[in-house]
Amino acid sequence: MRAAVIVFPGSNCDRDLAVAFEQAGFQVDMVWHKDAALPEGIDIVGVPGGFSYGDYLRCGAIAAQSPICKAVVEHANRGGYAVGVCNGFQILTETGVLPGALLRNAGLKYICKTVGLKVETSDSAFTQGYNAGDVIGIPIAHHDGNYFADDTTLAALRDQDRIAFTYTENPNGSVGDIAGILSENRRVLGMMPHPERAADDGHGGTDGTALFRALSGVLAPA
Amino acid sequence: MKARVHVMLKNGVLDPQGEAVRHALGAMGFDQVEGVRQGKVIDLELAAGATEADITEMCEKLLANTVIERYEIELV
Repeated sequence: MRAAVIVFPGSNCDRDLAVAFEQAGFQVDMVWHKDAALPEGIDIVGVPGGFSYGDYLRCGAIAAQSPICKAVVEHANRGGYAVGVCNGFQILTETGVLPGALLRNAGLKYICKTVGLKVETSDSAFTQGYNAGDVIGIPIAHHDGNYFADDTTLAALRDQDRIAFTYTENPNGSVGDIAGILSENRRVLGMMPHPERAADDGHGGTDGTALFRALSGVLAPA
Repeated sequence: MKARVHVMLKNGVLDPQGEAVRHALGAMGFDQVEGVRQGKVIDLELAAGATEADITEMCEKLLANTVIERYEIELV
């Protein structure tokens, strides 16, 4: 099982994400943003949190135009698995792989704390290690995590059971308390909270571990 | 050739920064301010031959996120 973690100038959760993948049994390739292709044989791409390109213009906007992101979009369009966390979620929405956009937090403040997340669906490679309705504790650390989508998009997300996680107490103004969503084929997850920061006893919580374990269960060679 | 691109959040999209500015103006005594929307102005210096269609493509692909923003192009 092989995971690629993309590294942009300004990424700061890339190593955490790599360690979380490794602990779940993945071999991890760190891939530089200027590379135009993913390594051969990658099973999943991780787009990490951070402040790619200094959040200039809009969070994730410039990263979304980088050479590697074209390869990530092609990977996703071919049915490949990908997960974007925090800035990675912002980048995936900017590429159009995931719908909607992340706006400035309604309270205008950068928020860094562990929040309650309700697992809305266990029907995905990412969430099948949880039960729908479970409440897990995962840290958030963002200034622009206020998820927005128009009513048509929201209706589609709900009808297709593509809302992966919601906040138990909405910290940022996200529409429908949405914290994470799935692509139409359920193989791409974008979420603002950081499961890789709740994946080791030293983190003070391990509720994120099940996400990476579930992925390794799905992607392990038969 | 120069162009100026105005990028604004679409109507109906919450603008917390604009709201904060409105509150601050109100607190300063500017009671006449009923609403504030904050946007961006991007000035482009363009080589001869650039067309408005080129600028539109720049806006659609990078300068604005049309999920949440609208843009206007001004040739100057």
